[in-house]
Amino acid sequence: MANILEIDGLMKSFGGIKATDNVNLAVEENELHAIIGPNGAGKTTLIAQLSGQQMPDAGTIRFRGRDITQVPAHARARLGMTRSYQITSLVMGMSVLDNIALAVQAKDAHSFRFIRSARKIASLRDEARRYLAEVGLADRADAPTVNLSHGEHRLMEIAIALASEAPLMLLDEPMAGLGPEESAQMVAFLKGLKGKRTILLIEHDMDAVFALADRISVLVYGHIIATGDPASIRGNDDVRHAYLGEE
Amino acid sequence: MTQGLSRSTVATVILLGLLAVLPAVFMAMDNEYYVGLATRLVILGIAATSLNLILGYGGLISFGHAAFVGIGAYAVGIPVHHSLFGGFQIVASNNGLFHVALAVVISALFALITGAICLRTKGVYFIMITMAFAQMVYYLFISIDTYGADDGLVIYQVSQVPLIDLSEPLHLYYLAFASLVAAILLVRMIVNSRFGMVLQGAKGNPERMVTMGYNVYRYRLVAYVISGAMAGYSGALLANYEGFISPDMMDWAQSGEFMFMVILGGVATTLGPILGSTLFTVLEEGLQIVMDWMEPAVEPAYVALFGRDLEFEVYWHLPFGLILIFAVLFVRGGIMGLIRGGKD
Ligand SMILES: Nc1ncnc2c1ncn2[C@@H]1O[C@H](COP(=O)(O)OP(=O)(O)O)[C@@H](O)[C@H]1O
Ligand SMILES: [Mg+2]
Repeated sequence: MANILEIDGLMKSFGGIKATDNVNLAVEENELHAIIGPNGAGKTTLIAQLSGQQMPDAGTIRFRGRDITQVPAHARARLGMTRSYQITSLVMGMSVLDNIALAVQAKDAHSFRFIRSARKIASLRDEARRYLAEVGLADRADAPTVNLSHGEHRLMEIAIALASEAPLMLLDEPMAGLGPEESAQMVAFLKGLKGKRTILLIEHDMDAVFALADRISVLVYGHIIATGDPASIRGNDDVRHAYLGEE
Repeated sequence: MTQGLSRSTVATVILLGLLAVLPAVFMAMDNEYYVGLATRLVILGIAATSLNLILGYGGLISFGHAAFVGIGAYAVGIPVHHSLFGGFQIVASNNGLFHVALAVVISALFALITGAICLRTKGVYFIMITMAFAQMVYYLFISIDTYGADDGLVIYQVSQVPLIDLSEPLHLYYLAFASLVAAILLVRMIVNSRFGMVLQGAKGNPERMVTMGYNVYRYRLVAYVISGAMAGYSGALLANYEGFISPDMMDWAQSGEFMFMVILGGVATTLGPILGSTLFTVLEEGLQIVMDWMEPAVEPAYVALFGRDLEFEVYWHLPFGLILIFAVLFVRGGIMGLIRGGKD
């Protein structure tokens, strides 16, 4: 199967800390690839370099065969990748529907359109409502984003990723801070997306990861120590030693 | 929300209604002075409305807005000067349409060039660099002796425009008022458009807008240029109103006043900037009157202490500043916030 994303020799340091230490990784089209690793392993930093918020010190990132290492973040999004944030990142001062509508609108060639009122453009609003309905937030559409609960904010992050229709979704701990019930809902939801999109999933919750992932990579101190299917990762001695906490 | 909306609609109708009618009444009562005051507040209101686009809706704390106004004013002063006294043939003109075109184009260009640089910075750096560019223009005009250097330039002839005579106070006023209404409608249309949604989204969370695929920098730059061009237009009106231009129009303190008007009136509200410019102008005048009136009570003690006459009203800046600081610190959302009754 073709690789949608290829990472070669990626390096990123903050002062003395090697947050990304020679990462090599290939993500296949339409797989759900999970990245696990202890806190501070460099998972978020890796996502930030893939989506373009941070520039690597060395190495290359290829998206569908094209070198995007120097491509700015907004242009990468337009090529077909979307990310969610571990720490919720939404436009709090706007309504829920406005946030999703912005993600829908982002697919237009440009938004230098000054005349028509954006909130009256039915195609934008209807499409945004559909994505809200998909994540179960239809009845919250008109609420100010700031009024929603943490769990609802996590769902909004997913709705934005869906609205982008990007073939590659980079999800940074979508279950972070969710209760058991909400987590289970999110797992079910991601399961439903499997095979339709390529998902690079960063997750702390092992049960969720082993339930969802086609393949898993284990990141420790910025370096990938193992990649494989869930069974082989479970059985890998290095992984058990370094991460799963078994002696 | 509905109540807040209807309240601000009522406020809009009342304020615009007063502005539409009062100057004609003042004129009928032979009180030209107040017509002038109204003209001034309306022109400042246009400048504040343009600033609100980037400051209020864009979250860009631009501290150099007076430069655009000043450029617009010199775009009237310089052509008129040369049309009367010769020289600089290509701009020499008393044609108002030419003045306005020049004001808008030059201030838009200035916004494009400086904005392209300023918008690469963030936070306090952005504030400083917008101010620095404005001061640059200020010092530029201080150094040009032809245009009076720091003494400024008297404009001996108003801009000549079709149908109306800008030396007639009411004509100038209603042109300014119509321009204000147009400016409000324009900003309203822009902020509600798809462009405006991106601009406002970038105010709330620029990084998220980038990861959605928006080139935030470009959207902000376009907003900056629109805002600068509108401010330049207001400067052309201001030059005709004052009949005099000087580098002081672009001083940083002047930029600060525009920011105060926007914040005082209520950022990111349709009417806030005009409420701000109205309150600003009324306070400026009112405080001088009040202090003049209080003078007899204070004067004997002053004369006894310092042995000279007191001109109490020249100290109006002090209470003025205190009121502004108080309003900004304690009235959330400015005057519009009060009108909406704390609801948003
Ligand atoms: N902007 C930054 N400046 C300095 N150090 C950083 C920065 N971002 C991350 N780090 C450091 O890099 C390491 C990896 O962080 P992060 O990618 O957030 O880990 P994870 O997401 O796996 O918990 C940590 O040691 C963290 O302190
Ligand atoms: Mg992280």
